[in-house]
Amino acid sequence: MKSPQQYWLANLKLLAGCLVVWFIVSFGFGMLLAEPLNNFRIAGYPLGFWFAQQGSIYVFVALIFFYVWRMNRMDREFDVHEE
Amino acid sequence: MDLQTITYLVVGASFAVYIGIAFWARAASTGDFYVAGKGIHPVMNGMATAADWMSAASFISMAGLIAFMGFQGGQYLMGWTGGYVLLALLLAPYLRKFGKFTVPEFIGDRYYSQTARVVAVICLIFISFTYVAGQMRGVGIVFSRFLEVDIVTGLMVGMGIVFLYAVLGGMKGITYTQVAQYVVLIFAYTVPAIFISLQLTGNPIPQLGLGSTLSAEPNTYLLDKLNQVVQDLGFREYTSAQVNMTDMFCITFALMVGTAGLPHVIVRFFTVPRVRDARVSAGWALVFIAILYTTAPAVAVMARYNLTATLQPGAVGVEEGSLDAQKLPAWFHRWEQTHLIQFNDKNSDGRVQYYNDQNPAFAERMQNEHGWQGSEVTVDRDIMVLANPEIARLPNWIIALVAAGGIAAALSTAAGLLLVISSSISHDLLKSTFAKNITEKQELLAGRSAAAVAVLIAGYLGYNPPGFVAQVVAFAFGLAAASLFPVIIMGIFNKRMNKWGAISGMLTGLVFTLGYIIYFKGVFIEPLAANVKENWLFGVSPEGIGTIGMALNFIVAWVVSKLTAPPPPHIQHMVEDIRVPRGAGAAISH
Repeated sequence: MKSPQQYWLANLKLLAGCLVVWFIVSFGFGMLLAEPLNNFRIAGYPLGFWFAQQGSIYVFVALIFFYVWRMNRMDREFDVHEE
Repeated sequence: MDLQTITYLVVGASFAVYIGIAFWARAASTGDFYVAGKGIHPVMNGMATAADWMSAASFISMAGLIAFMGFQGGQYLMGWTGGYVLLALLLAPYLRKFGKFTVPEFIGDRYYSQTARVVAVICLIFISFTYVAGQMRGVGIVFSRFLEVDIVTGLMVGMGIVFLYAVLGGMKGITYTQVAQYVVLIFAYTVPAIFISLQLTGNPIPQLGLGSTLSAEPNTYLLDKLNQVVQDLGFREYTSAQVNMTDMFCITFALMVGTAGLPHVIVRFFTVPRVRDARVSAGWALVFIAILYTTAPAVAVMARYNLTATLQPGAVGVEEGSLDAQKLPAWFHRWEQTHLIQFNDKNSDGRVQYYNDQNPAFAERMQNEHGWQGSEVTVDRDIMVLANPEIARLPNWIIALVAAGGIAAALSTAAGLLLVISSSISHDLLKSTFAKNITEKQELLAGRSAAAVAVLIAGYLGYNPPGFVAQVVAFAFGLAAASLFPVIIMGIFNKRMNKWGAISGMLTGLVFTLGYIIYFKGVFIEPLAANVKENWLFGVSPEGIGTIGMALNFIVAWVVSKLTAPPPPHIQHMVEDIRVPRGAGAAISH
């Protein structure tokens, strides 16, 4: 039987991972590293510009659904899921 | 049929739908009124959240802002979407588990303090009224342009509609109306974008068209072409990342955190049945929002390109390169009447010179070589979305659709805001602080009356707005980021946080951010200092200062809580309880 404290720790770990990705794509690729990234391209997009105006949004969406999927699994694993 | 008639028909039909829904989804209890009985399907809630969220600023102003900012416009795109990650991960599930009606209620219960609750209500009212003023202004602009009625009549009609479904239906009415409004606004936004993308690049998906080559020049990418065209006229390279990065960083952060701290968005996650629904609902909300937010940069680029190419059809510096003033298109003259776009032939050569006269080297060269006396066209940014279909010569029904979409965006957000204002007054102030003995029926009546009064105030603010739409809205985000977001986060993630920390943190964040904005922007007084980079604290503009205010809030709250007694055991148990999903169903009835 796993405790609620362990559930919370596992959740915090997952949160930290997701927030690191959240930070890297937007503040990293979309801003601080955008200038060097602009030297690379996907189709007609300079890469830094793509992250700032397109890519980071797609990653945000994917990130939320990933977190939801992992949390729903974790809720069952730790037996704290809703009926 | 002429444009005027079609516009009346389309806008009128959309209103009929909203009113129909208002009667169908009347609220019967306070639970219906505040949180739609907590029975909304997560996908539907996501759609309603998207409409609630996307305001007149997103619909009318954002693409235009981006069109003239280029790369830095990414701050709005990332800022207004990235906040949903924070909402889904850090706030929504826990607040849903807590299972009450309002944001101040959570703060009051978690910090076992009526004072904290009242301070939260004050923050909420500040945030929501600044935000709602911007929406009513948007309604007025759309009405006066497309239906050619004056701004007061436009406001009255808008207020009347919101009144009907917000006051009658409460959260339940608002939710179902917002679903309809989302459908209207997303069609209105994407259909012109699809047509324009097809015209320019041959690709019907604007997100892909933006990265494609031009139909007219199959070897040139649209973005490269735009970069070249704007640089030829002395403007900044569109995609260049050489911007004030500190400021862009702070603005983006403030918008993200502000999004997650906006009461009218948070409260949407109180309406779903389960904790897991709250999580996934935030994901759906972002999907629906992303459809507009990934289209917006394409609209921005294509509108900017079309505008520039229209005004500068040939090479720069050659006489025939500038447009003959006699050949200015019909849409130009139509929009001239609204003063959103203006032409003034400064050097009286009968041609249009549109260039960046703020670029001294370029302006001087053009003056010496070609006798240009300054840029002759002034463009209001809002026109980039509103006139976009006309610039691209799209049929009248699409133009009418844009009008209905703009109104839907403004009304849906205004209704959501009015609801949180009225519920915080009837539920947080009356029911639990000043008049504890009122019955549910009386509370419902109080909620409806508060909504009615709030509609009137919003209408007044829309007529006398403190500043421009986007400016006013940015202000609300800074306040939400600096006041509410930190105390909610600490309430969930820091068990040791107590009422003293929370109250001092909220007040610090609110006063600091409000003070900084008023210092540079004035709002109700004359600004005390010029709003320029040299005067800013750490080079952060008033739009981005919420980030610093938020940091101060966290620091002050943490230090104060360390110096004072920990919260009582039952509060610590409550925090442990909201951290696990099980039992959320029971929290429905209280």
